[in-house]
Amino acid sequence: MSASGALPETVEQLSATARQIRQDVLRMTYRAGSGHLGGSLSTADLLVALVFHELRIDPGNPGWPDRDRLVLSKGHAAPALYSALARRGFLDAQVLPTLREEGSPLQGQVDHRTLPAVEASTGSSGQGLGMAVGMALDARLAKRPSRVYAVVGDGECRAGTTWEALMAGGQYALDNLVVLVDRNGRETDGGKENAPGIEPLAEKFRAFRYSTLEIDGHDFPAILGALGQARKTKGQPTAIIARTVLGQGVSFMENQPAWRERSPNREETERGLAELGGSL
Amino acid sequence: MLARTSGSLGEAYGQALAELGERDPALVVLDSDLPGSARAGPFGQRFPERFLRIGVMEPTMMSIASGLALGGRTVFVSGFAVFVAGEAYGAVRLSVCYNRANVKIVATHAGLLVGGDGAPYQMLEDIALMRSLPGMTVVVPGDAPTTRAATFAVASFDGPAYLRLTRENLPIVTDGSFTLGRATRLREGSDLTVVAVGAMLARALDVAEELHQAGVEARVLDFASIKPADEKALIQAARDTGAILTMEEHNVLTGLGNLVASAISTTHPVPVRQVGVPDLFGESGNPWTLLDHYGLSQKRALDEAWELLKIRGKVS
Repeated sequence: MSASGALPETVEQLSATARQIRQDVLRMTYRAGSGHLGGSLSTADLLVALVFHELRIDPGNPGWPDRDRLVLSKGHAAPALYSALARRGFLDAQVLPTLREEGSPLQGQVDHRTLPAVEASTGSSGQGLGMAVGMALDARLAKRPSRVYAVVGDGECRAGTTWEALMAGGQYALDNLVVLVDRNGRETDGGKENAPGIEPLAEKFRAFRYSTLEIDGHDFPAILGALGQARKTKGQPTAIIARTVLGQGVSFMENQPAWRERSPNREETERGLAELGGSL
Repeated sequence: MLARTSGSLGEAYGQALAELGERDPALVVLDSDLPGSARAGPFGQRFPERFLRIGVMEPTMMSIASGLALGGRTVFVSGFAVFVAGEAYGAVRLSVCYNRANVKIVATHAGLLVGGDGAPYQMLEDIALMRSLPGMTVVVPGDAPTTRAATFAVASFDGPAYLRLTRENLPIVTDGSFTLGRATRLREGSDLTVVAVGAMLARALDVAEELHQAGVEARVLDFASIKPADEKALIQAARDTGAILTMEEHNVLTGLGNLVASAISTTHPVPVRQVGVPDLFGESGNPWTLLDHYGLSQKRALDEAWELLKIRGKVS
């Protein structure tokens, strides 16, 4: 786990970075014995696209007021964000193995108090999205160019607070706000199929006045294209519904609900890392 | 009862808020209700671009406030107590307090004095909920001048705060010399101490006056600064007067009385009697009659005071 801070610009480089981050996530959750592996792997490509391409951020000046903000509303995908921030140069990669340990800055849910590079402490459904709406309003009022990106889980899309926050984003026509839905179709207790009631998701977003795009959340050209389109959209916020696969990148974890919560044992970790071109 | 002029806590807050908006061009106000109800109107008229009528979504209003505050602003959020402290508790806890966001929550319509709308709107548990949150400051003003001072006081530091207001006009009993973390002595006495907050503060002074007529001198402490709490003043009161009566318009299990008893128990335990709402929900009715009905009457407080004086052997 070495932090380079380099900014890969090509799709190949982004893919390679995503593989590194998936390796980190496997190692971290193996070591910690817990840590929402499946949902971290499904979100990894979205986070890589944001942290290594889309966001105007500077590891040398993390508090830059005009920076773009990333709020991980699905705070349990913390391992993926920690790894991305480390590899982008916002924190020391040496700390990654301390995930979920007492005294570690790497709390189980992303934490602003212990890790200022994280924009907001989240973990309760819908709250990160509400905070992102507040940040987008703040930037608009201050006439700052900052854009705000909220990554939400599809399980969160059942929570009333998510829809409150979405309504506010639409009401204030926040075109500096982009909501990315990690649509892996697996809620904690769901398991079998996409949870009923959430669909039709795109229609709901459109009714809430969002420019709404549906993409494959593991296809970098598609992700970058949607983010680019969001940047050009004026007068309304953008929602990107990214269809993803729980456990993406490790064949025996893909679409297996058990991997939402459980952590890999040593053998599984080694096997998964081998698939990703890494090792323990 | 003493003859006094009364004032609106909500209007005092609204006026102070408009002045704060003048001083701090980054200050933003979020409101979940009509400005007329929540009293942020004067600010909204003067600074419409910084006054966001979020509407009835109090939990998310707290998250939005936190997002605004994390950018470096002071954010005031107002709404009915039952919604901003009850409905929105989870968001106050995580979005505001855990993120150490500079959000000031101003709860209007607290307590039984809501009157007609009854139990669903009569918030009697908010002091407990807000006081339990790490990093939260809690203020319960007893009149309009203290409300004004408290509004400026909570705006003066970086961090979350909860200001609990009453809809009914309350008698003006202080000069507004409020300091966070300090209890204010409104009356001197050595036989007994009455500690009170909110609407019960004027009643506490009436009780003290009645005791005075009977030859007993009661100290009265305005404990508007619930958190940080002035424990020194409580211990001093226990030492000097040997008995404490508490008065609050809140569930008696988890409010001021509890705080007072706990604060003195280690260092200088003395008998404490608590006048507050029993462990019950409220109901519809005339605001002031409801207070009496729920055991917050002046007579009831006086009876408790005499019981304390008997226990201490000061009367027979």
